Amino acid sequence: MAKELLKGNVAFAEAAVRNGLQAYFGYPITPQSEALEHLSKRMLELDRVFLQAESEVAAINMVYGAACTGVRVMTSTSGPGFSLMTEGLSYIAGSEVPVVVVNMMRGGPGLGNIQPAQADYALMVHTVGHGDFHAIVLAPANIQELIDMVGLAFDLAEKYRTVVYIAGDGSLGQMMESAELPPMKPLPTERPAWATIGAKDREPNAITSLFLGAEPLEAWNLHLQKKLAQIKENEVRWQEYQTEDADLLMVAYGTVGRICTSVMREARKQGLRVGLLRPQTLWPFPAARLNELAGQVRGILVSEMSAGQMLADVERAVAGKCPVAFHGRLGGVFPMVDELLAELKKLDQEVSK
Amino acid sequence: MSVTVNIPADMEVVYEYPRSMNKVYTHYCPGCPHGILHRLIAEVIDELGIQDRCIGVAPVGCSVLIYKYFNVDFVEAAHGRAPAMATGIKRTNPDKIVFTYQGDGDMAAIGTAEAIHAANRGERLTTVFVNNAIYGMTGGQMAPTTLPGMVTTSTPMGRDVRLAGYPVPMSEILAQTKGAVYITRQMALDLPSIVKTKKAIKRAFMAQMADLGYSSVEVLSTCNTNWNMSPWDSMVWAKEHMVPTFPLGDFKMTDEVRALKVR
Ligand SMILES: Cc1ncc(C[n+]2csc(CCOP(=O)(O)OP(=O)(O)O)c2C)c(N)n1
Repeated sequence: MAKELLKGNVAFAEAAVRNGLQAYFGYPITPQSEALEHLSKRMLELDRVFLQAESEVAAINMVYGAACTGVRVMTSTSGPGFSLMTEGLSYIAGSEVPVVVVNMMRGGPGLGNIQPAQADYALMVHTVGHGDFHAIVLAPANIQELIDMVGLAFDLAEKYRTVVYIAGDGSLGQMMESAELPPMKPLPTERPAWATIGAKDREPNAITSLFLGAEPLEAWNLHLQKKLAQIKENEVRWQEYQTEDADLLMVAYGTVGRICTSVMREARKQGLRVGLLRPQTLWPFPAARLNELAGQVRGILVSEMSAGQMLADVERAVAGKCPVAFHGRLGGVFPMVDELLAELKKLDQEVSK
Repeated sequence: MSVTVNIPADMEVVYEYPRSMNKVYTHYCPGCPHGILHRLIAEVIDELGIQDRCIGVAPVGCSVLIYKYFNVDFVEAAHGRAPAMATGIKRTNPDKIVFTYQGDGDMAAIGTAEAIHAANRGERLTTVFVNNAIYGMTGGQMAPTTLPGMVTTSTPMGRDVRLAGYPVPMSEILAQTKGAVYITRQMALDLPSIVKTKKAIKRAFMAQMADLGYSSVEVLSTCNTNWNMSPWDSMVWAKEHMVPTFPLGDFKMTDEVRALKVR
């Protein structure tokens, strides 16, 4: 396949189609709506299921229903819609059906704005709605990675029968860059044995998140926790840039991670030995590697388009091994290269004292 | 303990345990009509021969464990979201028969939006909507269908319509949608009405099988436990007090649905 100029939202939607997406249910919200618009045409063209729901509450429950029958299904949204989906996501997690959700984060709280932000980190990474659970959270930094992570998201969702989020931001959804889409994969022809598609020549299947007794629900939770432990063991992903000789480290994900690659180049020109760790999975978090690097460097600078939500996970991973500084911008403002460079210099001076 | 009865070959079977039901005890209170309605649905599923392609969507409410009683595939929805979940199932599996079973809180309070939009889209779904005028599962609070003046644990002085509004006429509302093809209100309060209710449920399933659109059978029911009445008194009370507020009858029946031969 050749590279083409693609808008982020269209790119991930088309990548889903080519990865065997059988059904999409969604509700319009900026800065994500182009995905829904693209699928409204593509899915019907291909005789697959597309439905614009009456709300994100309905959309995620339609996704839940479809997922119970073992088809590849997804939805996409942005902050306010994601908040509404948390109820359904908790049920989905509690009944172990595979679902993929893309959240192109925008500025909050409340209606906020439609500018890019990373302020849904805590909501996406630290829990799935009510109850005790974590989704796998993938964090792409450019459109090619966004495309590639769609296929990965489906594979992980089905492998672990779990919820997978793609945590993008408005700029990733809205910008265009050249990237390569995967080839069209054939649709799966089989449904998994647990799917509720009619009890033909077998005992009935029931998909539920209800366990009335305390002990049975604890046992179920332990089963879910075991699965999460496996995911933690096997699925941590991150990218490192010039960490070999680094004595200062930046930690950032998604669009900010990308900005930090420019910061790093500039800092190196000015004589600072800076490296970058960019988590590609926010859950599970690359904590072990970060802890190692914290033993190597003199200080760490975390940057996010939020007031410091990933910061808590970084601090926990670093466990006091080195100082951790933070620079965040809020409400849809990007941290700029010169700002981050100044922060790095400040950190450099502080740790040299 | 089980008893095996050998039926002589020359005798016709006129009564059987429905194949679509599991032979287990239910958790319902003595006197609760949920069990009767489960059985009616199971008989309809048997008679239509759809047990192996039927998927039920359980509500949150007293019938939250309905999937334990049916010998068909089931999923458990969040409170009020059954029509959305059923939509997801049916759209991806148009050859299956999908039904929701919902209480009045599920259908006419927290899930109003999902119910109306599923009906309006003409989803090929069937809903059995059990109206007992109260929140049974959570211990007897006011429901959207609680009658004016009715005492519940959250309307201790009786439902004051100035504070809490009026009973929601859900079937009348659903009947306004173009996508609904069969909207009826029945009761399950005596033998003749139970027989009629079964026929309505069968028609509603057949409407789906004929790919006509959305169908819903509202059934006036009781909750003797939370109404603080004997089962008998609750049946009498429902006929006297619920029927005037929730008149029985077909609020919508398209010609195609009318033409279905329901036996
Ligand atoms: C989101 C949410 N809110 C509240 C509840 C608590 N709850 C469980 S059942 C119920 C009411 C059910 O009433 P109804 O639908 O009339 O069914 P019934 O129990 O009377 O059969 C409520 C409020 C819940 N489970 N989920």
